Amino acid sequence: MRSHDRTKRIMKATALAALAFLACAGLHHGASAHGFAGKRFFPATLATDDPFVADELSLPTLARRNLGASEDGPAIEQSSASIDIAKRITPRFGVEVGATWLRLKGDEGRVSGLDNFAAGAKYQFHLDEAHESIASVGVDWDIGSTGAKRVGAESFSTVTPALFVGKGFGDLPDSAQFLRPLALTGSLGVAMPTRASTTTFDDDGNASIERHPNALTVGLAVEYSLPYLQSFVKDIGLSEPFNRLIPVVELDLQKPFDRGAGPWTGTVNPGLLWAGRYMQLGLEAVIPVNHATGGGTGVLFQVHFFMDDLFPKTIGRPLLK
Amino acid sequence: MRLAALVFALLASPAFAHAFLERADPRVGSTVDKSPARVMLQFTEALEPAFSTLKVVDAAGHEVDSGDKQVDPKDRRMMSVSVRALKPGAYKVIWRALSADTHVTQGDFKFEVRR
Repeated sequence: MRSHDRTKRIMKATALAALAFLACAGLHHGASAHGFAGKRFFPATLATDDPFVADELSLPTLARRNLGASEDGPAIEQSSASIDIAKRITPRFGVEVGATWLRLKGDEGRVSGLDNFAAGAKYQFHLDEAHESIASVGVDWDIGSTGAKRVGAESFSTVTPALFVGKGFGDLPDSAQFLRPLALTGSLGVAMPTRASTTTFDDDGNASIERHPNALTVGLAVEYSLPYLQSFVKDIGLSEPFNRLIPVVELDLQKPFDRGAGPWTGTVNPGLLWAGRYMQLGLEAVIPVNHATGGGTGVLFQVHFFMDDLFPKTIGRPLLK
Repeated sequence: MRLAALVFALLASPAFAHAFLERADPRVGSTVDKSPARVMLQFTEALEPAFSTLKVVDAAGHEVDSGDKQVDPKDRRMMSVSVRALKPGAYKVIWRALSADTHVTQGDFKFEVRR
């Protein structure tokens, strides 16, 4: 009996030691994963890239938008379905890959096919839990010639290095406590095509040159977290599903700046995110910011899985400590 | 989608998520008429008692709980601590929660005692 008690004590002590080790390892790396900075949970945004490294799966992201007529061609209705996977290699470094299936529908019929595949890497170099701030650098690679030409997939690559930041306002004073659930995330990058121009010849042998400018890319998301309001500021009595809603407005802009640079284009996307235990749902309107962007209001929908919560002991954890 | 859901359901079991604060007594940001005997928190996930913490401090930052933090063995989503008789004023509850898969969450909130 005494031996049995001793064995139980040893087993309990061993289990506690193992748990302490795992906990400390996690704490050391700030490894709360998908988008935490202190008590702030940053949800995954739909149109702009996140400032954190995580194990995530977006499956699917569905989008639909009328691109409108332009001098390049008639109005086109564009639908897309995407899958994106992000995987942490270390707690602060991760890679991601993505694929998009496109369908273009116009007056002359419809075509569909895969767009170019995308790959990327991101390193989170800053985390301040007290001030709910987070920052990363990353690079996105749109891989040329991996998609179908009939849907406009380019034969060249575009490489986009970018800086990503996130800031929650939980450190505001009591007098502004109802602004504490606010958070901003943003990105600033330069999209650099690997080819400066493409020359094509028509049947008569006449050449036409399409130039591929470098472009500044800007992303911004403003979020008001009702879970944050409920848990840290004031319980206003919200129940499921409203206590997990995060209203968001995203801004996704591009500005070509050389090789026949054009105007700013982009969209503003007001919407709602719902963050559950293992997944997140997002729905946004996609509204062109100006006439140069063209087209009408579209829609964006995403189902997003938190792989670190779904598979905490296998594929949802960093490959290396 | 159905296939994906099925795959996840099969592979994800058993899974644990981050422990979020679901509700508190006294309620987050509330004003109560008299001192509570205990501060009780309910989380969305079961907690690891040995590595989850809970304390209550007054406006000057002095700890006013009795140091007897407890995770309910019958419902490990519940964590509570008893407090001494609190004078009128503002108090802050500070918690740190470790869920079963070592995901850590943390937070704090205020409540006020009227008299």
